[in-house]
Amino acid sequence: MSTNSEVANIKPPAIDVGVLGWVRSHLFNGTLNSIATIFLLLVGVKFIPQFIQWAFIDSVWFTSGQECHEAKGACWSVVTQNIRFNVFGYYPYEHQWRPLVAMIILISMLVYSRDWKKWNRRLGYLWLFALFIMGLLMKGGLFGLVSVESTKWSGLPLTLLLSFFGILASYPLGVALALGRQSTMPVIKAFSVVYIELIRGVPLITMLFMSSVMFPLFLPEGVTIDKVLRAQVAIIIFTAAYVAEVVRGGLQAMEKGQAEAAESLGLNYFQKMRLVILPQALKIVIPPTVGILISAFKDTSLVVIIALYDILNTTKSILNVPEWTGFSTEAYIFVALIYFFFCFSMSRYSRHVEAELEYTTENK
Amino acid sequence: MVTTNENPAAKTRFWNDEKTRGIIYQVVTAALVAFIGYYLISNVQDNMAKQSIASGFGFLEKEAAFEIGEKSIEYSAADSYGRALVVGVINTLKVSLIGILLTTILGTIIGVCTLSSNWLISKLGTIYVEVFQNIPVLLQLFFFYALFYEAFPGPRQALNPISGVFISNRGIDFAIPAQHLAWSYMVNAFLAASVITFFMVRWARKRQERTGQQFPSFWLGLGLLAGLPLLTWVVCGAPTELDIPALKGFNFQGGKNISPEFSALLFGLVLYTASFIAQIVRAGIQSISHGQTEAAMSIGLKTKHVLSLVIFPQALRVIIPPLTSQLLNLTKNSSLAVAIGYPDFVQVAGTTINQTGQAVEGVALMMVVYLTLSLLTSVFMNWYNKKIAIIER
Repeated sequence: MSTNSEVANIKPPAIDVGVLGWVRSHLFNGTLNSIATIFLLLVGVKFIPQFIQWAFIDSVWFTSGQECHEAKGACWSVVTQNIRFNVFGYYPYEHQWRPLVAMIILISMLVYSRDWKKWNRRLGYLWLFALFIMGLLMKGGLFGLVSVESTKWSGLPLTLLLSFFGILASYPLGVALALGRQSTMPVIKAFSVVYIELIRGVPLITMLFMSSVMFPLFLPEGVTIDKVLRAQVAIIIFTAAYVAEVVRGGLQAMEKGQAEAAESLGLNYFQKMRLVILPQALKIVIPPTVGILISAFKDTSLVVIIALYDILNTTKSILNVPEWTGFSTEAYIFVALIYFFFCFSMSRYSRHVEAELEYTTENK
Repeated sequence: MVTTNENPAAKTRFWNDEKTRGIIYQVVTAALVAFIGYYLISNVQDNMAKQSIASGFGFLEKEAAFEIGEKSIEYSAADSYGRALVVGVINTLKVSLIGILLTTILGTIIGVCTLSSNWLISKLGTIYVEVFQNIPVLLQLFFFYALFYEAFPGPRQALNPISGVFISNRGIDFAIPAQHLAWSYMVNAFLAASVITFFMVRWARKRQERTGQQFPSFWLGLGLLAGLPLLTWVVCGAPTELDIPALKGFNFQGGKNISPEFSALLFGLVLYTASFIAQIVRAGIQSISHGQTEAAMSIGLKTKHVLSLVIFPQALRVIIPPLTSQLLNLTKNSSLAVAIGYPDFVQVAGTTINQTGQAVEGVALMMVVYLTLSLLTSVFMNWYNKKIAIIER
């Protein structure tokens, strides 16, 4: 007994526990790792203070472009002085609260409906109402709101609009294409396969080019569609092909027994899909769907090429003003932070849902 | 009894029959698509006739009348649109191939880094993946392009990190060996060495499968690939003369120049795609259960053989399919070149559309070129995937 308690009283060596132990096992385990750690620390010591000096100590925050050119450090004034144009673009200055409110509604609705267990009919009606309010705020023309042409929509609201409606409208199309691809009817299957593979084989730019130079030729004489809508259609057509592939993955993951059980209950094709297959299949593809939403969000930046003013293009036009040329690093860092914030939160969300889905299937 | 029991199929109305209904659905869909197609095409023809735009691919023969900044084959403004488009395709291929090679290497390194037992390295790897994945590639291209123009000095004050290499806002200029017959002979020697190595490796593998005897084909192959060109160089008199870029007027003359557009495009594409490949590589390695490592060690394999013979071949099967789609993405994303002025295929085609007004033909050409590239890549990767797939009984 006494020997046992003596053994229990011996503490592990000081360098194996606590901070020292952690450092030893995580940073200096082995010669090669020690060398790598020391090298990385040296690089950090050399560059991090330089960066802090540039970004925070020598930097200027609320000055004119003239003073910026004289400052040694970063010129964050390029962001702070142009923030409203950067975010809202050419939307009339005195009405810029409207897109701001619309964006806040959109984001809070997204955050509110993040839990898929809460999705029900009432939430659907709430979304319809919210979409109507957002449309009203952006477009105006009713209830004393001044009408604003969609050509004036720009900046962050445009980015959010294009990506959100891109995925919203492409979802039904994508589901239809995925079902078409699974279909036993050869003609419908062929159309779906050709559509999906054709679109997935070409870059989004060709679709946007199509929207800007080819759509006008497709329309009968006298009919014109404005540029924003054309780009939106191109993004929807493009995204639908990717949604279709994701949904197909969900459909293929379904057990055959589900379809057979539904059929033996006497449900027809549409009832079977709507009541049994799709609710289950779409739930398991929430994480990859969020992945598509992320890439759609990033891809909307491509509308720069067809001269729409999303948040990237407003930044570029600020940098073209002589007063602010030469500060692209600062301006681009700001926009990158905005994109990063949205994309990172979405990818966190998708990982959370993934973990939750895995948890529920394991506990069945 | 027999007379009253009618055929049950006769009872169902024909529109309730699943087969007939299927045919009706398909006919309706086909008719709808055909009608929409016809309507659009007739609109296009009307509009083009009204704006007096020519149709057909006759414009490919006409004089292009625009210059292209970067070209790998002879081209001038007097050449035809067709030739201009070929220059664009070659530029697209150039940036895609180099990008695919570099991004695969970088992505693999970072993917392995995120699994490192060194906390600092694995955290840096994860941060890299998160940052580069969540910022649009176009923004990264703009950033690197602006960096070239704003952070680097003009040619007169060009940075000179290693002798013979100059970095300025006109791109990267570096010395290349001066024209000499030996260099072309060395290329031939290298090709010959590659062929010999290929057959040697095949023979060595066959022999090992048959007899179990190993052959040092890796070191011998490496020796051949390096040695044969070196031998040729010595035999040809070991020329060491270099073509060093020199400042003439406002720009460098001589040597080889990599333009800022090309560098920014390559940088952006490689860094962006590598972040996705790193994740794929990490997932692939993690998918191999630890039992495989233990089993391989318990039959007495060395660590490097555990990796090269057991872990890596299995991880590769998980890695290849998503890797293919990422490499295809890189090829497609190279079309963003148009935004920073690198003359890739989309840019040349865009200029062509602007000058001729033949949007339909231009966009069709773009689609055909990218579809062909996608198809070729997936055919190759599918072949490779089949080659490394598990051979089941």
